Amino acid sequence: MTTNDQIEHEEEVTRRNFLYVATGVVGAVGVASVAWPLVDQMNPSADVLAMASVEVDISPIPVGQTISILWRGKPVFIRHRTEKEIARGVSENNDPMIDPADDQDRAQKPEWLIMIGICTHLGCVPLDNTEFQSGDYGGWYCPCHGSEYDIAGRIRKGPAPRNLDLPKYKYLSDTTVKIG
Amino acid sequence: MGSSTYMPKSKVGKWFEERLPIMGLMHSTLGAGYNAPRNLNYWWNFGSLAGFMLVVQILTGIILVMHYTPNVDLAFRSVEHIMRDVNYGWLMRYTHSNGASMFFVVVYVHILRGMYFGSYKSPREVLWFLGLVIYLLMMATGFMGYVLPWGQMSFWGATVITNLFGAFDFYNGMGESILHLLWGGFSVDNPTLQRFFSLHYLFPFIIVGVVILHIWALHLPGSNNPLGIDAKGPGDKIPFHPYYTAKDALGLSFFIVIFALFVFYMPNIMGEPDNYIEANPMVTPSHIVPEWYYLPFYTILKAVPDKLFGVIAMFFSILIFFVLPWLDGSKVRSAKFRPATAFFFWLFLVNAIFLGYLGTKLPSEIIINMGGGIDALTLGRIASVFYFAYFIVIIPVVSRMETTKPVPTSIAQSVLDARKEG
Repeated sequence: MTTNDQIEHEEEVTRRNFLYVATGVVGAVGVASVAWPLVDQMNPSADVLAMASVEVDISPIPVGQTISILWRGKPVFIRHRTEKEIARGVSENNDPMIDPADDQDRAQKPEWLIMIGICTHLGCVPLDNTEFQSGDYGGWYCPCHGSEYDIAGRIRKGPAPRNLDLPKYKYLSDTTVKIG
Repeated sequence: MGSSTYMPKSKVGKWFEERLPIMGLMHSTLGAGYNAPRNLNYWWNFGSLAGFMLVVQILTGIILVMHYTPNVDLAFRSVEHIMRDVNYGWLMRYTHSNGASMFFVVVYVHILRGMYFGSYKSPREVLWFLGLVIYLLMMATGFMGYVLPWGQMSFWGATVITNLFGAFDFYNGMGESILHLLWGGFSVDNPTLQRFFSLHYLFPFIIVGVVILHIWALHLPGSNNPLGIDAKGPGDKIPFHPYYTAKDALGLSFFIVIFALFVFYMPNIMGEPDNYIEANPMVTPSHIVPEWYYLPFYTILKAVPDKLFGVIAMFFSILIFFVLPWLDGSKVRSAKFRPATAFFFWLFLVNAIFLGYLGTKLPSEIIINMGGGIDALTLGRIASVFYFAYFIVIIPVVSRMETTKPVPTSIAQSVLDARKEG
């Protein structure tokens, strides 16, 4: 009698355990699949993603000038560099740098420097020192925590960890560039 | 919230109490049914003042929402509309914006009182945790509220603070994914404003919930007191009502006078003038400063040269309060009987205020003109090291080594002794 009872009892426990685990697993999958939309709604929505690229006519920008355009809510600097600036950028390739990069790798066409105008430290917009080549590096200076970028947007001094980021861009023609 | 001895006088009251004993609950938590230590001083007013400020913020906040529009094109203008057009709109907004500062003032005093008199020590650890949770929720709420007017400081403060979470870049692109999730876009923009608005409205009600738990946890052991010893017999206690309701009301009157002074005579002194310029993602203000109540932590962030470790140090500087009950190994609660502990407490307070002062300075600014001059960054590093040393070294060592002064046998006895001396 006792043995039978025990066997029956144990059998019941294993079946019950299985049901507990199965219910738990199904429940967890259910909760996770309901939770995901609740989290994912916070990611960029379709209309924000649709606005993710812009086309810019760069023909009116004279040599030695920078324009800022708004792309994905951030400024993008487009600088028409002078020969002197390009030469300086190349000549400093081997200088000590926080995030070493060659001037040649910073722009598809050396005269057009296209960068996201957001300091890689905490997201401020760096100020333009390019016109008079002022400061030690003649590029951009971030007023928030004092990061200094050179004429190729490379970080040379201060707390920022990376060079100014380069957006994805493509020349559609000689005068039009598509950013994003 | 102990068992109630509340007896309603009216028939209707009795009928209701049998069906929902809520009046009895009030009676035993904040009324004559709650017996508190008889020696609570004015530092014990700040809990109820914090409760008062929470009510003020929720009331004025609900009213402001009736006139505010959470949209990047309209938010700034709707705040100006509140200030210029809405009847008493200026009063509601100034009360709310200065109210945030007042709320933090009273909560800081409340926390420091708990630190000085050992209110975090056994058996009140969970009470302490709940208070810290309220404080963290307040930090989040205050930050998101500051973004809503959509001024320059709103926008750039939001940009800098959200970018902190980009430091958690453990595999390629993770930091950026976190930021896109927080922003709902590629930068702080309309989706960010709208979700901050939603959460800014929600969090205060979560705070209300945690406050209820906080009061619940308070009423199991009862209030601590300036002597830090357990209140034992009836001779040690007096009913909360009318004694402490009256004392709280007096303190509240003084507090409201100071609050009114800010609202009516210097409503913008806590704010940044830059926030009266509409947000512009193309131009960063020359100097970004957070609200004053975050400044000490901002200095700790700036003191660490590495971005990730700076962020970790900043979060750690607040989270470390959670282990305070175990860092402190003393058998005596109140710093009244722990002279060395009291000395270091005041040093900690001065250091924390100094950290806050440094938070307003540029890292390269010269603060002390001695020799070559000492800049804010160097001083910030020294003060940050002391901040952590206070928790990690000073409290554990001093609390275990210190010879404490004799502690009175009971609250009633200490009152009698004081009378004899007087």
